[in-house]
Amino acid sequence: MKQDHPADVHVGQQHPISLYLKVWAYLFVLSTMSYMVDYLRVQGIVRWTLIILFMLLKAGLILSIFMHLAWERLSLIYAILVPPLVLLVLVRIMTIEADYAWWTRAIFMGGGG
Amino acid sequence: MAHTVADRQDQEIITPALRQIMSDWSADQEVFRHTHWGKAMMWIFLLSDTFIFSCFLTGYMTMRMSSSMPWPNTAEVFALSVGGQEIPLILIAIMTFVLISSSGTMAMAVNFGYQRDRRKTATLMLLTALFGAAFVGMQAFEWTKLIHEGVRPWGNPMGAPQFGASFFMITGFHGLHVSCGVILLLTIASKVARGHYDRKGDYSAVEIAGLYWHFVDLVWVFIFAFFYLW
Repeated sequence: MKQDHPADVHVGQQHPISLYLKVWAYLFVLSTMSYMVDYLRVQGIVRWTLIILFMLLKAGLILSIFMHLAWERLSLIYAILVPPLVLLVLVRIMTIEADYAWWTRAIFMGGGG
Repeated sequence: MAHTVADRQDQEIITPALRQIMSDWSADQEVFRHTHWGKAMMWIFLLSDTFIFSCFLTGYMTMRMSSSMPWPNTAEVFALSVGGQEIPLILIAIMTFVLISSSGTMAMAVNFGYQRDRRKTATLMLLTALFGAAFVGMQAFEWTKLIHEGVRPWGNPMGAPQFGASFFMITGFHGLHVSCGVILLLTIASKVARGHYDRKGDYSAVEIAGLYWHFVDLVWVFIFAFFYLW
């Protein structure tokens, strides 16, 4: 299909600059907070929860506002966001594998390597 | 039984969106015909890049989980002494802020691009490229520091030997992306400044370059969380 949609394609999106400045400020605050997690030596499950939480919030802001995903058609949004979910399967498989390798090293190699 | 029918109004909110997806995917035409072709292609490239970086991060996870030696403490490894005081992870924090700032200027450049403001778009893109170059410079400094301290892809004095391989592979590949992004931004910015897109009447190239740049920032968010903070 060679027909262009000038109205769709070339006008683009108009958002007030204040929106971008606001998101910028949020990203700064979230980055500072995730740095503080390390600086204040938060440990254990609280540390991991906070790191993941701040990471997801930052990723969400960048994706939805800076990359304009919030205003795209749903077909494109799903085509982008659904495939990476498969990676969770890879992560699960590799945790099983890593666990196995760790026990092999601990039991048969005296904890070396 | 009246309760089951009561949410018809909710359905009316949901179905138009679903109907739109259905018609996009089943119209026997291009799915993304409402999206600029360059933008759709950039998104598909970024999707493939997501998988590459995810494989690196998953590989790093596997190595770290299976290592029976203690993993080096990143807060100490990446500490800098400022005025005789060790500040943990400070260089990485500054790099994060620089990259976020570059994303902010890029988002505004895209906005001014759609307003056909040639001068502001080119200036903001140039500023973005400068932030990017500063980021790569700091990364080069970090690499030099770690190499001097004896970190190698096959071993290091601080702990698990897999640390070096993960570090050089992940940050190196990300740094390569930033460097390519700087070149891309400079190219597009010079085209903007010379009025190329005014003649064409289409500023989409700025938004597409912006997508790539924000993606580089997005990847850094994950690297910062999983590699440096974890």
